[in-house]
Amino acid sequence: MLRVCLRGVKATAQKSSGRIRLTNVQQCREYTTGESSSASRVVAAGLLTVTGGIGGTIIYAKWDHKFRAAVEKNVPYSEWLLGLALGPVSQDSGLPIRKPMESIQPPSMLEKQMRTSKAKSEKKLKETTEHGAQDSGPASPQPAQNIQAEASAEATQIISAISEVQSIPAPCDTEPTAAAGDCKECSDPNIALETATVFQDTKSAGTAEPLRERSAEEVAARLAQQNQDEKDIITSLSAQLDDSLASSAKATLQAIGAQEAALQAITQHTHKLKEAMEAEGPSEEKSTQWKDLEAALADRTTSVNDAKTALVKANEALDSLKSVIDKSKGLKITAARPLILAAEENLHKMVVDLDKVVSKVQSAESEAKIVAQYTELVHEAKQQFQREVSSLTPEIQANWKGLTGKLSTDDLNALIAHAHRRIDQLNRELAEQRVQEQIHMEAALEQQRAEDQRALDKAVGTAKQHVKEEARLEQERKLAELREVIEAEMRTQLRRQAAAHTDHVRDVLKVQEQELRAEAEQELSSKLLAQETRYRQLTQEQLDDFTLDMNAAYARLKGVEEAIDSHVEAEEEARKAHRLWLSVEALTYTLKTASTESPSMPLEDAAEAVRASCVENDFALALASALPEESLKRGVYSEASLRARFNSLRSLARRVALIDESHNTLYQYFLSYVQAALLFEKQQEVPPTQLRSEDLDPFKLLSYASYCLEHGDLELAAKLVNQLRGEARRVVEDWLIEARLTLETRQVISLLSAYANAVGLGTTQAP
Amino acid sequence: MADELGRKWDRCLADTALKTVTGVGIGIVFSVLFFKRRTWPVSFGSGLGLGMGYSNCQHDFRSPYLIHGRVVKEQS
Repeated sequence: MLRVCLRGVKATAQKSSGRIRLTNVQQCREYTTGESSSASRVVAAGLLTVTGGIGGTIIYAKWDHKFRAAVEKNVPYSEWLLGLALGPVSQDSGLPIRKPMESIQPPSMLEKQMRTSKAKSEKKLKETTEHGAQDSGPASPQPAQNIQAEASAEATQIISAISEVQSIPAPCDTEPTAAAGDCKECSDPNIALETATVFQDTKSAGTAEPLRERSAEEVAARLAQQNQDEKDIITSLSAQLDDSLASSAKATLQAIGAQEAALQAITQHTHKLKEAMEAEGPSEEKSTQWKDLEAALADRTTSVNDAKTALVKANEALDSLKSVIDKSKGLKITAARPLILAAEENLHKMVVDLDKVVSKVQSAESEAKIVAQYTELVHEAKQQFQREVSSLTPEIQANWKGLTGKLSTDDLNALIAHAHRRIDQLNRELAEQRVQEQIHMEAALEQQRAEDQRALDKAVGTAKQHVKEEARLEQERKLAELREVIEAEMRTQLRRQAAAHTDHVRDVLKVQEQELRAEAEQELSSKLLAQETRYRQLTQEQLDDFTLDMNAAYARLKGVEEAIDSHVEAEEEARKAHRLWLSVEALTYTLKTASTESPSMPLEDAAEAVRASCVENDFALALASALPEESLKRGVYSEASLRARFNSLRSLARRVALIDESHNTLYQYFLSYVQAALLFEKQQEVPPTQLRSEDLDPFKLLSYASYCLEHGDLELAAKLVNQLRGEARRVVEDWLIEARLTLETRQVISLLSAYANAVGLGTTQAP
Repeated sequence: MADELGRKWDRCLADTALKTVTGVGIGIVFSVLFFKRRTWPVSFGSGLGLGMGYSNCQHDFRSPYLIHGRVVKEQS
């Protein structure tokens, strides 16, 4: 019926839907044409809002980075959009990176500071050294400072090697060993003051450095390396020094020799000149003399030039030596100091010698100049005289000394007159000279004084320099000696200290050993005692336990025997109960042998077995004999088969629902069929706890029964089906009978099994 | 018991069909032989046959509900 109604509804719906659709569309069209402007307005407003929202978000994100990050996190494609609009996120990532950078900075800065401070200290040292040394002598007082530094280095090494404490001297340890290399670069500060300040500087620089103590092996390696380097440098240095010394010595000797030769030549020349002036020998001798003089002059000039060149060379060599010495001083290696010292001494000596010789030469030259002047004057006078004589007596030759016989009296008279005149003139000049003598004298004295002063200054200056130089050299020598002495002393002291320390350590160790031994022995004895007592205790306990166990075991044995005896009976009972249970189980199992179509096996045998296993049990016997005959003979159908059968029966029962004793014409049959076709009830319906009169409608009953069957309640289903009346009842009669049979059998069997279980449970209880 | 109804219906229909056909046949025969080929014997015969079949059918279906009584003379 419902289906038909539905079909009709559908048909009408289909018919009407066509009409309705048209009207709907028309209506829609009306709506759209009527209010299109408002819709566009709405759309425009919506678009505006959306763009405004997006723009505002972008602007705010640009201003506030946290907001931007939040947006990017939450909205999927926002980072792309924001990246397009604002560019990649740069500033914010800078913040977290900055902090690690800052944290990284301090150590690097610290290191840089250390390096700069080191460089500063080095520079300072260099400055002080530059201030101190002009023509520096040998590398001087690394003396006090370096001795101290080295001593401290060794001491700290010992300390740090013995106790593995990162001692604060450690930076001084590394600093001086590194700065020993640095300090070796520092050439001489002037005096103790500077050394003190320098040492303080290095110390401060050392403490400023981060406390890094190098391991002993590393230190040793470094020291070895440094020693090796030093040795190499020393050897090269000594080679250099030797070379330059040799070359400069050679040059100086050469120069000295040249100067000596020049001196010789000059003296020779002056001597010759003097001789030539003084001598009044015959003319040939004179000419030879003059020739000799010229030769001597030439000699002198050449020798003087040679001397000059040699001097220049010597100076060059000395300069180079000085530069080498300075360089070697600049390297600041302690072992090279004696070499440098020696070289400087040599240099000084050579310079002194050179200077002496030069001064000798200069004095000789000045003498020669005087003599030359004298000769000039004499020559000039001679010339003058000669001219006068020749003017008076032209025919007389120059060499007037050999012409005494040739002269006539007139000539002689003229000559004598001339001589007289000359004498007069000379007398007059003499008188004038005497008058001006004082003035000339004073002028000459002044000149002389000035010259003397100059010479004196120069001499004083050079002498001062030499003296200073000598003093410095002396000082350095003394310092070197002192240093060595002090070093040796320091070493002995340290050795003594080390020895004392080892002795002390040995004593302490001995004492400690004894103490520890005593303690250990005591400990051992106490532990042994404790162990022994424990052992005795344990054995005693064991014995006690054992006796206890024995007694207990004996008592238990007795109990067990009794229990066993009393259990035998219970066993019997139990066995019987079990047999009963087993047989009941077998009976239950036979029920399961029913398949969907055929009934189960006949229960005859199983029932027989049950009867056999409960001969003295009336209850069980009664139950066993309560099984319906049919089930014994033929077996029972399973619930599943009944269920299946019911489903087919249901349609039949529905078809004959109207037929009963009074209504059973064929027309009624037709009506009943039509009713079954048109009436729709629920396939399964939950049966109420109490049946009312309207529930007795066959359709309802059938749906209730179907529900019950689906949920496994055969009994209720049978009860409900039992309520059918009329033809429906007749139709389901068979099924009902089968169902009753099954239910009966099942009930009996369940009772039997419950009884068997109860008996079994009962027998398993301890008596 | 459930298929008894089915069997009844089979019997019923078969019987009705037979009777109708027989009736139609006899009607035809009678129509041909006695009633000058008029149709009314045929329809009469089919109706007869149907009716008999219907009646039989009904009786068959009713049979469980019929109560058979006997007159028992009172023996006074």
